[in-house]
Amino acid sequence: MSDDARLEVRKTHKLFIGGAFPRSESGDTLAVVGRDGSVLAQASKASRKDVRDAVKAAAGAAPGWAERTAYNRGQVLYRIAEILADRRSVFVDAVARTAGDDSLDAEVEVDASIDRWVWYAGWTDKLAMVLGSRNPVAGPYFNVSSPVPVGVVGIVAPQAPSLLGLTSTLAPVLAGGNTAVVVAAAATTLPTIALAEVLATSDVPAGVVNLLTGAQRELQPWLAGHRAVDGLDATGVADADIRAIEVEAADNLKRVHRSTITDWLADDAQSPWMCATFLETRTVWHPAGR
Amino acid sequence: MTTDTAPGDIAPRLRHGLSVPSGLLDYAPAPESSAIVHLRDSYGLFINGEFVAPASGRGFATINPATEAHLAEVAEADATDVDRAVTAARAAFEGSWRDLPGRERAKLIFRLARAIQERSRELAVLETLDGGKPIRESRDIDLPLVAAHFFHHAGWADKLNHAFPGRNPQPLGVVGQIIPWNFPLLMAAWKLAPALATGNTVVLKPAETTPLSALLLAEIIQECDFPPGVVNMVTGAGATGAALVEHPGLDKIAFTGSTSVGKGIARAVAGTGKRLTLELGGKGAHIVFEDAALDQAVEGIVDGIFFNQGHVCCAGSRLLVQEPVHDELMARLRRRLDTLRVGDPMDKNTDVGAINSREQLDRITDLVQSGVDEGAAMYQPACDLPGNGFWFRPTVFTDVAQSFRIAREEIFGPVLSALTFRTAEEAVEKANNTPYGLSAGVWTEKGSRILWVADRLEAGVVWSNTFNQFDPTSPFGGFGESGFGREGGWHGLHAYVKVAQ
Amino acid sequence: MATSLTTGATTAAGGSVAPWEPRAADGRAVRVAPVDEVALTARAARLRTRSIKTTSKAALLDLSIRIMDLTTLEGADTPGRVRALCAKARQPDPLDASVPQVAAVCVYPALVGVAVQALQGTGIHVASVAGSFPAGLSRFDVQLDDIRAAVDAGADEIDTVLNRSAFLAGRHQQVFDEVVAAKQACGAAHLKVILEAGELGSHDAVRRASTLAILAGADFIKTSTGKISPAATPAVALCMAEAIRDVADQTGRLVGLKLAGGIRTAKDAWHYCVIVGETLGEDFLHPDTFRLGASSLLNDVLAQRAKLRDGRYADSDDFRVD
Repeated sequence: MSDDARLEVRKTHKLFIGGAFPRSESGDTLAVVGRDGSVLAQASKASRKDVRDAVKAAAGAAPGWAERTAYNRGQVLYRIAEILADRRSVFVDAVARTAGDDSLDAEVEVDASIDRWVWYAGWTDKLAMVLGSRNPVAGPYFNVSSPVPVGVVGIVAPQAPSLLGLTSTLAPVLAGGNTAVVVAAAATTLPTIALAEVLATSDVPAGVVNLLTGAQRELQPWLAGHRAVDGLDATGVADADIRAIEVEAADNLKRVHRSTITDWLADDAQSPWMCATFLETRTVWHPAGR
Repeated sequence: MTTDTAPGDIAPRLRHGLSVPSGLLDYAPAPESSAIVHLRDSYGLFINGEFVAPASGRGFATINPATEAHLAEVAEADATDVDRAVTAARAAFEGSWRDLPGRERAKLIFRLARAIQERSRELAVLETLDGGKPIRESRDIDLPLVAAHFFHHAGWADKLNHAFPGRNPQPLGVVGQIIPWNFPLLMAAWKLAPALATGNTVVLKPAETTPLSALLLAEIIQECDFPPGVVNMVTGAGATGAALVEHPGLDKIAFTGSTSVGKGIARAVAGTGKRLTLELGGKGAHIVFEDAALDQAVEGIVDGIFFNQGHVCCAGSRLLVQEPVHDELMARLRRRLDTLRVGDPMDKNTDVGAINSREQLDRITDLVQSGVDEGAAMYQPACDLPGNGFWFRPTVFTDVAQSFRIAREEIFGPVLSALTFRTAEEAVEKANNTPYGLSAGVWTEKGSRILWVADRLEAGVVWSNTFNQFDPTSPFGGFGESGFGREGGWHGLHAYVKVAQ
Repeated sequence: MATSLTTGATTAAGGSVAPWEPRAADGRAVRVAPVDEVALTARAARLRTRSIKTTSKAALLDLSIRIMDLTTLEGADTPGRVRALCAKARQPDPLDASVPQVAAVCVYPALVGVAVQALQGTGIHVASVAGSFPAGLSRFDVQLDDIRAAVDAGADEIDTVLNRSAFLAGRHQQVFDEVVAAKQACGAAHLKVILEAGELGSHDAVRRASTLAILAGADFIKTSTGKISPAATPAVALCMAEAIRDVADQTGRLVGLKLAGGIRTAKDAWHYCVIVGETLGEDFLHPDTFRLGASSLLNDVLAQRAKLRDGRYADSDDFRVD
């Protein structure tokens, strides 16, 4: 057989739950239409049961992730950047082919994503300094306030830019010590699942990040209403839907955040205050006496 | 089966003379191989990204203090060399370094942190060969802290506006840094990391008895493609240090070492406008209350004064014991001392390694003799010491008064002086009764007492129910004649920037 | 004051229970030192970095076997199963006569007779769990009967459990009295008291329970039943070793230490030998005072022994499964 006749081996795109790559329990798929209008792949079409399983995995992983030292979490996030950088060409290709991702050059977007993971990796062991305090109360008490992760954060990922939008919403959640369940639009499947593969090989403990592709609008209410989810990043929720989603989230008073970033490369597209959204503050009093 | 003997007798089956290895738990030797290290015959100065010969052509030897074997020849930098280094650093600062975005500077320092992690074993072995500290310490404590220090500070490089919000933090320019021989590589990390993260360039002088790990670090910096001139290293002794301190082209000096040299540096930079931070000596008080977790307190005490042979500025060299528990604590401490292993630092089982130099050994011997002369009671376990090399047995003095030399002067060796106290006030008073103020330890199970005592100790670092804990996020430095300025954490950045008032 | 015959608890007229104070046989108070968990755990972990000389490794491997209580405590234990285990206890490696025997075989009371017969003439002890193992919550007179029956069947060592229910409820005097009664029921057999450290909630409690059990007459204190996790840990071993040492210092009575549960590899065994040896002295590392309760550990020790002997890594099929 000549080289021209060689057949390509096509990847099957599955979900990323609990450190493994299962298909959707629905058995259903959605076509991933690329920028050029062709069908790039079939995305696994996550169901509400997949959301349920992902939340369970994230909740199971939450205590262990929160108990790790901030230094260790920083090392893991830096490792994500290392592996992402190593597979840069895969991501450039994936982003370039993804529909809706026209605002940024693919290479610029991928490099910005790598740099953003590095940026948040450097925050893990500094958040407590910037967001915490020793409070000089008017009495013989030692009083200190510390930031504490809320637990499980649901993320409705922005449709565009695919990789940089996902990075910008996911990294601050992890840097603060939370675990995540991401619901991503099927159109972003290529870079999203490629990122899942990076996470699976970057010392990220199973269940800390869960990535689901599918019909985002169908899935988002299930994530927003799930009572074991403690926070919600609704950046990928459309204006028409946001009210209903926030009503769902109010059922257990999730902390809700919705980015209004327009320039994803700007300095203010990354901030420790994005970590702060999904951090509680715990204040402890202790008397000082002989 | 049990053995019933008269109350108060130690049952016959308990024996604590493990200092002489015999039979089952025979640990020695378990030597780490030194084959991983590739020593050169001679090392040049690291100036402007290259290793170059010193202007005078002169060098000096560095030896292994455990064996007195010659390791390598190291260049001696004179005023000309120091000038070359400072000039290179200034050119790098004005040239590429100052304009490099924080984000890129961060990635370069992260790269260095990771490279250090990769070569940790080699660096640890070299550290032990050159300085005499046990391999278990350099491998398990020093090197992980070195990597962590660079990792933490890398993350600050592009976040300075969060550290100093609204105050437009800027680097100072070129900084001169002089470091000691007790934690050679770790001290290099404590100096380089914040300086580089904040955008300064550096001329660093390692201690004359321990230059090798810094020089290997310079090679690694080269391999990480740091722009030439950003980091420079000039090796030498006191004269090199003086030349660096006096150079007019520096914006800041950072020094870690003895209080007397620190005062000399403060006098030398007076009136020049150079910024200065000093991390000097200490005579740390280790306070043990009667309700302390005694076995863990014993470990903390041992850690506090015998770790790194007591060559630690923040060593807990004065033990203040609440009277009711004094005898029991000292009995447990003596028993623990009997199990300490003094010997070959390259042996993975060694607890206490070699004294760093002949000079230091003489100083320790002299001060210990003064303790005996002044009437303190001395205890040393009966351990065999190797033939050549510089060694001193772990030593504990009891019946010590505040006025004795061993209670007042920094010995910088494995020598502990124990005194008693009755109340918390008395403990605090005695602990503070020194011109030093670097560290202190408090052992009690009562939380409120820890906080009450800590709030009154004139020490830059207070360890409660632990000792000798270090972290890149935790500021370290002293009160009073232990120096000024902090290293580590947000507080440590301040020394390396100028901020809008 | 009324004393309950079944529980041994003393109640004051108003209904409150007098607190238990640790005292030696002659009435002198015994100090129970507080424990800092962070420092304790760090010290125990650091002892794992001890590198052991090759000749010492060989001796420690043999010691690990000589101090082993080879154990089977399953509902599915049949006489056949126990006989096979006893055969292994006598000759751990039939191809290597230099391998020593284990210290004891440990079984449930119903199988004691089988073990006694299978081990006749070997000098290997027969240990029985008794007294409502593992939960310890049958009626107390039933527990004492269980102990007596096991002794009558030929067990010369009895492993009972501490009453954690009473301990955690604060009824320490009752716990003390129960151990005294258990020791009496043992007759000539030696008594090991299992603290079930994983349920006690803190190392302070482990220290206190250790002291209580020793003062009440236990010949050995033991970490765990092996039925829950966490079982033996380096920190617990160090804590209990320090408690044994402190009681010996203060009363002159030295008891033994048994570590059980989760000890699977020779490296684990060495680590524990180092912890215990450095705290209680090398002479303590003897079957009369130190035991490891294990089952799968033996094959790993044999594998390490084979590596030292032959220079090659062994395969698990090189050793019998019993």
